[in-house]
Amino acid sequence: MSERNLKDRGLDFLMGLLTSMLSIRFVEEKAAQMYGLRKIGGFCHLYIGQEAVGVGAIAALDLTKDYVLTAYRDHGHAMACGMEPGVMMAELFGKETGCSKGKGGSMHMFDADRHMLGGNGIVGGHIPVATGVAFKIKYNAEDGVVLCFFGDGAIHQGAFHESLNLAKIWNLPVIYICENNQYGMGTDFRRVSSVHDLSSMGAAYGIDGRQVDGMDVLAVFDAVKAAAEKARVSGEPALLEIQTYRYKGHSMSDPGKYRTREELDAYRQQDPILLLKNRMMAEGLLTESEYEALQAAQRKVAEDAVAFAEASPEPALETLYEDIFA
Amino acid sequence: MAIITYREAIRQAMDEEMARDASVFLMGEEVAQYNGAYKVSQGLLEKYGPKRVLDTPITEEGFTGIGIGAAMVGLRPIVEWMTLNFSLMAFDQVISNAAKMRYMSGGQVKMPIVFRGPNGPAEFLAAQHSQALQSIYAHFPGLKVVAPATPHDAKGMLKTAIRDDNPVIFLEAEMLYGTTGEVPEEEYLIPFGQADIKRPGKDVTLVVHGKPLRMVLEAAKTLEGMGIDAEVVDLRSIRPLDEASIYRSVGTTNRCVVVDESWPFASVGSHVAWLVSKNCFDLLDAPVELVSSEEVPMPYNHRLELAVQPSVDKIVAAAKRVLYKV
Repeated sequence: MSERNLKDRGLDFLMGLLTSMLSIRFVEEKAAQMYGLRKIGGFCHLYIGQEAVGVGAIAALDLTKDYVLTAYRDHGHAMACGMEPGVMMAELFGKETGCSKGKGGSMHMFDADRHMLGGNGIVGGHIPVATGVAFKIKYNAEDGVVLCFFGDGAIHQGAFHESLNLAKIWNLPVIYICENNQYGMGTDFRRVSSVHDLSSMGAAYGIDGRQVDGMDVLAVFDAVKAAAEKARVSGEPALLEIQTYRYKGHSMSDPGKYRTREELDAYRQQDPILLLKNRMMAEGLLTESEYEALQAAQRKVAEDAVAFAEASPEPALETLYEDIFA
Repeated sequence: MAIITYREAIRQAMDEEMARDASVFLMGEEVAQYNGAYKVSQGLLEKYGPKRVLDTPITEEGFTGIGIGAAMVGLRPIVEWMTLNFSLMAFDQVISNAAKMRYMSGGQVKMPIVFRGPNGPAEFLAAQHSQALQSIYAHFPGLKVVAPATPHDAKGMLKTAIRDDNPVIFLEAEMLYGTTGEVPEEEYLIPFGQADIKRPGKDVTLVVHGKPLRMVLEAAKTLEGMGIDAEVVDLRSIRPLDEASIYRSVGTTNRCVVVDESWPFASVGSHVAWLVSKNCFDLLDAPVELVSSEEVPMPYNHRLELAVQPSVDKIVAAAKRVLYKV
């Protein structure tokens, strides 16, 4: 649990985090529902349970100069970067008004204006790309940083290891965030990793690694803020293993038979939204009725997102041949 | 006009573009201090410094991905692969990221990057180092693929490639680096998608790209001695492909031999042969011939490796077959 006095952080800041996490939670629940209704197809990886990671980390950025790249469980990161829920839902529906005009879908949320550069469907494939964005920052002598999110399943890919080495030898301001949600698809990470402290993987490259409680949005914020400030000043890359948990399956087709009901329930007890809400209430920063109002408002956001997606047109057939080349 | 080597033509193109645009940089194995494995980047480190001419570790996936990330946010990387054979280590980055990022994002990002290096067999290099890989790169929408065969074409097309806002696979050849040709003193660019008639003729069309051009011109000379006037169409650019120039030539000769040093199964050569067969059906006086590599991995033994590849004799024989002069 992050130690700083909660009140010192400012009510607006805390409400912002809580709102953002709730918004993602409800939009994701809607997405699951819409998937069931076949409004959304293909692979759909939900972020429910992991909200504190994306929200806490991205809150530590200045997206006028910083960048975010992530893997295919990208809805939460896109929304935390400020993508309109309607635009995201429209992309899930494959509509013309989606962020990628219906050409990307769930795994390819892009919002280049907000420096959110995808959304990548190949496990670990975006890690060198994120490192290249940090290369640009250094090349142009800017003071931004790049957050590169990926899962515990990606950390064994050569792309990860090659990137860390390059980031270190060239001093690139990139923070590698391994969201360890315990399972690479259906495989417990302990079954396939030579080390169980994934943050120790930085050591081989001379990169600082640390573990962070990913159910505590403030702990995530603090860790990323510290790493980002260091990267801005020194160009030092960092590795954070943020320990988290996904409540839903790997994708919509996953019945989750590789884990127990008890394990899932135990994590629900330390739900990131519940945790922040309870702390704010204990400190007198939030009342039950305020929380209910916040929930109602965010449920409405999710419903509006669906209505927007529903009402949006399908892309025209001739757009097939657009956006291949600039 | 100056007479320079193919190697020098490529060096000049990079030098001129780096002088013109500070966002252009070169990265790859041995490109800086060693001046390039084939000395193509001779002197560039000295002129532009280590910020813009970067030696990489031997991690093709990592540095290729860094180039892609840097291109996505506005730099113009030239990524040198020591040979195209090693590009297979970076294949996922090129195919899943460079070729698709713009499309998946609904046109939100550009990808101004050049991947260049020697392609195809040289001598005595055996199976892993002797592959002509244009067909696999040309397979993917989202990539431009060019294979200039002369110093003049190499310089003009590399400058075009560097200024292109899309990913370009630029294919050179070990056996071409030392060859010479005339190059204008003044600046010039050669647009993609324009084949060049390297030898006009009226009896048979020989279609070729890249290194085998020299062999095809020699074959044309041999044919001339037999009273056969061959027209040599050098594609130069594989994708985009200048179909019109091929059809125009076949329209006058009514006979066509396609030469491609890659394997014939699903290759650039087999594709061009199919296009001619389909679109010039009524104009053809004989079935289209394809001269390609034998369908074996490359052997080390010189007599064997020569037997695998297209040769002047094989091209002459194919030309005689389409003229029914066997």
